[in-house]
Amino acid sequence: MAAEGRIVWISGPAVKADGMSEAKMYETVTVGNDKLVGEVIRLTGDVAFIQVYESTAGLKPGEPVVGTGNPLSVLLGPGIIGQIYDGIQRPLKELSKASGSYIGRGITTTPVDMAKKYHFVPTVSNGDEVSAGSVLGTVQESELIENSIMVPPDHKGGKITKIVSEGDYDLETEVATTEKDGQSIPLKMYHKWPVRKPRPFLKRYDPTVPLLTGQRVIDTFFPIAKGGTGSIPGAFGTGKTVTLHQIAKWADSQVVVYIGCGERGNEMTEVLVEFPHLKDPRSGKPLMDRTVLVANTSNMPVAAREASIYTGVTIAEYYRDMGKDVVLVADSTSRWAESLREMSGRLEEMPAEEGYPSYLASRLAEFYERAGRVRASGSPDRDGSVTLVGAVSPSGGDFTEPVTTHTMRFIKTFWALDAKLAYSRHYPSINWMNSYSGYLADIAKWWGENISDDWLSLRSDAYGVLQREDTLKEIVRLLGPEALPDEEKLILEVARMVKIGLLQQNSFDDVDTYCSPEKQYKLLKLLVDFYKRGQQSLKEGAALADIRAMSVVGSMLKARMDVKDDEMAKLDQLDVDMQEQFKSITGVKVRN
Amino acid sequence: MSAEGGVQYSKIAEIKGPLVVVDDVSNAAFDELVEIETKEGERRLGKVLEVGNGKAIVQVFEGTTGLSISGTKAKFVGKLMEMPVSKEVLGRVFDGLGRPKDGLPDPIADKFIDINGEPMNPEQREYPKDFIQTGISVIDGMITLVRGQKLPIFSGSGMSHNLVAAQIARQASVVGTQDDFAVVFAAIGVQYSEAEYFRRSLEESGALKRSVLFLNTADDPAIERIITPRVALTVAEYLAFELGMHVLVILTDMTNYAEALREISAAREEVPGRKGYPGYLYTDLSTIYERAGKLNGRKGSVTQVPILSMPSDDITHPIPDLTGYITEGQVVLGRDLFRQGVYPPVNILMSLSRLMKDGIGEGSTRADHGEISNQVYDAYSRAQEVRALAGIVGKAGLTEIDLKYMDVGDVFEKEFLTQATDENRTIEETLTILWKIVSKLPKNEITKIKDKFIDQYYQEK
Repeated sequence: MAAEGRIVWISGPAVKADGMSEAKMYETVTVGNDKLVGEVIRLTGDVAFIQVYESTAGLKPGEPVVGTGNPLSVLLGPGIIGQIYDGIQRPLKELSKASGSYIGRGITTTPVDMAKKYHFVPTVSNGDEVSAGSVLGTVQESELIENSIMVPPDHKGGKITKIVSEGDYDLETEVATTEKDGQSIPLKMYHKWPVRKPRPFLKRYDPTVPLLTGQRVIDTFFPIAKGGTGSIPGAFGTGKTVTLHQIAKWADSQVVVYIGCGERGNEMTEVLVEFPHLKDPRSGKPLMDRTVLVANTSNMPVAAREASIYTGVTIAEYYRDMGKDVVLVADSTSRWAESLREMSGRLEEMPAEEGYPSYLASRLAEFYERAGRVRASGSPDRDGSVTLVGAVSPSGGDFTEPVTTHTMRFIKTFWALDAKLAYSRHYPSINWMNSYSGYLADIAKWWGENISDDWLSLRSDAYGVLQREDTLKEIVRLLGPEALPDEEKLILEVARMVKIGLLQQNSFDDVDTYCSPEKQYKLLKLLVDFYKRGQQSLKEGAALADIRAMSVVGSMLKARMDVKDDEMAKLDQLDVDMQEQFKSITGVKVRN
Repeated sequence: MSAEGGVQYSKIAEIKGPLVVVDDVSNAAFDELVEIETKEGERRLGKVLEVGNGKAIVQVFEGTTGLSISGTKAKFVGKLMEMPVSKEVLGRVFDGLGRPKDGLPDPIADKFIDINGEPMNPEQREYPKDFIQTGISVIDGMITLVRGQKLPIFSGSGMSHNLVAAQIARQASVVGTQDDFAVVFAAIGVQYSEAEYFRRSLEESGALKRSVLFLNTADDPAIERIITPRVALTVAEYLAFELGMHVLVILTDMTNYAEALREISAAREEVPGRKGYPGYLYTDLSTIYERAGKLNGRKGSVTQVPILSMPSDDITHPIPDLTGYITEGQVVLGRDLFRQGVYPPVNILMSLSRLMKDGIGEGSTRADHGEISNQVYDAYSRAQEVRALAGIVGKAGLTEIDLKYMDVGDVFEKEFLTQATDENRTIEETLTILWKIVSKLPKNEITKIKDKFIDQYYQEK
């Protein structure tokens, strides 16, 4: 029986209702005469504490609260790709039809168009045994996405007694029926799943395949693996959002879920405007055909912000279960943590650090544990992954604050954005001394097999130069660069070249915005070779000034913008030019 | 703001700080408007912050000074706080709660609008990309403002933020297309002289009849400041999205707003976040700043230039910090430059316009704009490093190339940054000076500009 109670108290997004003894924890309820959506987050006697996902202005004590009997769930079926949802999976396009340019309240819509027909191709036949997660057939959801219609994960399995033939069906059509122990269950092309419960799978793999993002500082220096976790903290203006947009654009995954969680409205608009025009570098199809947006901007109700993270990750797991690689980008987990803090404050819970609730760390851990590369349940065998990348917006840019420090415990790749680099327009402003990747050793094999054996050692050489420069900078700051011997000056010079020619990347430049692994490798090799040849020529008596003056230096620094991905021969030519120019300067007498 | 209907209550149970607790309440709604009537018949406005169990906590905008428990009546008006709007508001001056302050009668309302506004549907936003020429080189060239953007000025006590904002208001509105424009100015707890400076400045440029002023000066009730930006933005949205005007909103000083919010939070005994500000400061600020923008299918736009003074010039203070996370960039004024007498004293390295990339380039400013500004950022940042080094090792310890960067820094500050408060430079003039700066460097130092632009614009000696 559904709970039916009355509002007794209202403060912002928090509402108390009595007469709710039938309510369950985390059950969704409708609140007030306008039927706002809410969720039960605490029960005391017959009083339920409810967080409301819509604005409560105008709500009065005495208005009804009615339970739905269901936990907060998302609808999973074809039609999700290309959508922009709010935090509780209401499509914003449909909301605008109901309430115009602003977001109205109490509007009920379905997350996908239930009447749209998809061309269903069955992959099972009558009499086949299926279990939870098994694929019944496929439909083409968008130009890029083939959607596998699956038996719901909580289904107990059985024998197929009915399966429709190939043809066009809408979502409400019963496409199959299973039977077990005399009970027959009809199945449609969609099912619902509670957002706070991870979707089950068979087993987890070690992440060994890199997620290629086309961003050099990420792929070459601090890589993330498919099914891995990464975090990108940074003060405002350090380029978090641009970096996340770059990952959403260019990552070699089949599906991207982008959660705008408590961030700017225009950033979501930018994705909506830009992605349909951008082409996926691998398929040539519009990027929007693989993207799902969940938008709960900063001024939208704070409780729905808390839910948006779970809505997004459940959608990601759904596509993972089809055997796809999915990237989920959450901007920003700090705003999500703040929504926890706000509700916790209204619940009058004992605060831990900086007013955040004591369960902040466990909630973060639960979220990041939903990443992984897995073998999906049911037949046929499918391997998919969910890679989680969360932005963190530390207050005052201070990485010792609770959200950053707790996040660091649960992620393996850490891209630390640096305000100083951003101020000098070094983008992406990922600080190479403070960042790390726990996947380097795991994915080195992939680079060895697919690109070149010496990738890892070249990467170490280049990183070594940056580390040396970092210590030398201290001396330079005290004594000036002229105090250093030529060999160390060469390190400063090469470090500068690595920074400009490799680490920096202009996301607004048509060529530079995406860099293929081959090009990344060749640029890296060119720089390391330059360093080694430079050291050797200094020993042979060449002057540092001559090395600096080589014309190849300028070309190397601009190669990232000048050389397109299909013009690798130009980089080989640069290598030849470099060797020749070194030859021409060695043997020249040392000048003072 | 009239009040009809509703039920009279007389029982006031408690008065603390800006809050009043009303007893025996049976029909009040969350966020509802409340009229408080004193024994003497004076009326004050407030709104419901919390309601339930027969009680309502009411925040009184004009403060609780002089209220007593006996004899004070609270009336729940039965609606949310609304602002009457019509085209007649142009040229008018209101107080911080939106009541006429110029001695003229209430404007005849076309409609009444809830001052809290509703969140724009991101799907219905139009991405802002129309370049606004402010005539201020450093903004147009390096921190470009576009229509529908929210770009705050981070300043410190005593610095020239008002001059900059007023110059933007004067020049941005005059130059350019023939579109309808309007200025909405909200003074939030600033000194009378500052508010008066803006009024005069708008008057002198003839823009006053296209402006709406909301004035809560330093001697007005502090709690009223919670309302001032909201009534101002309600009018701005009406002018922009109903009447199709391009509206520039100047809010000064947002630090006073945040302090009023803190006062209420403290009175409610809420768990504080950083520096005593409430944990929801970010969300609250976003309900103001996110009201900038453009909407699909509507002609107008709301552009916001909020001004905030950073306490102790500290950019990591919660107010500038949380603001920076919401706004689309920031213009930071630098104390050093201000001391040297530079106007406008903009520290470009800390400043940023997030929407610049879409507002510049071919078709709006010039194809080379993005690259030349990147190069100047880079060069000026190098110049600062070299200056620091020169302070230690002396000019003699610098290399030839270092000296060229010193030169870049000087030209940048003296010829590009510095301009008069009435000097209105075109974007072409601005770009020409940028190329003059870059041309101080040898060509092989120019790593961020494509060769074709170098060939076209580099100024050989």
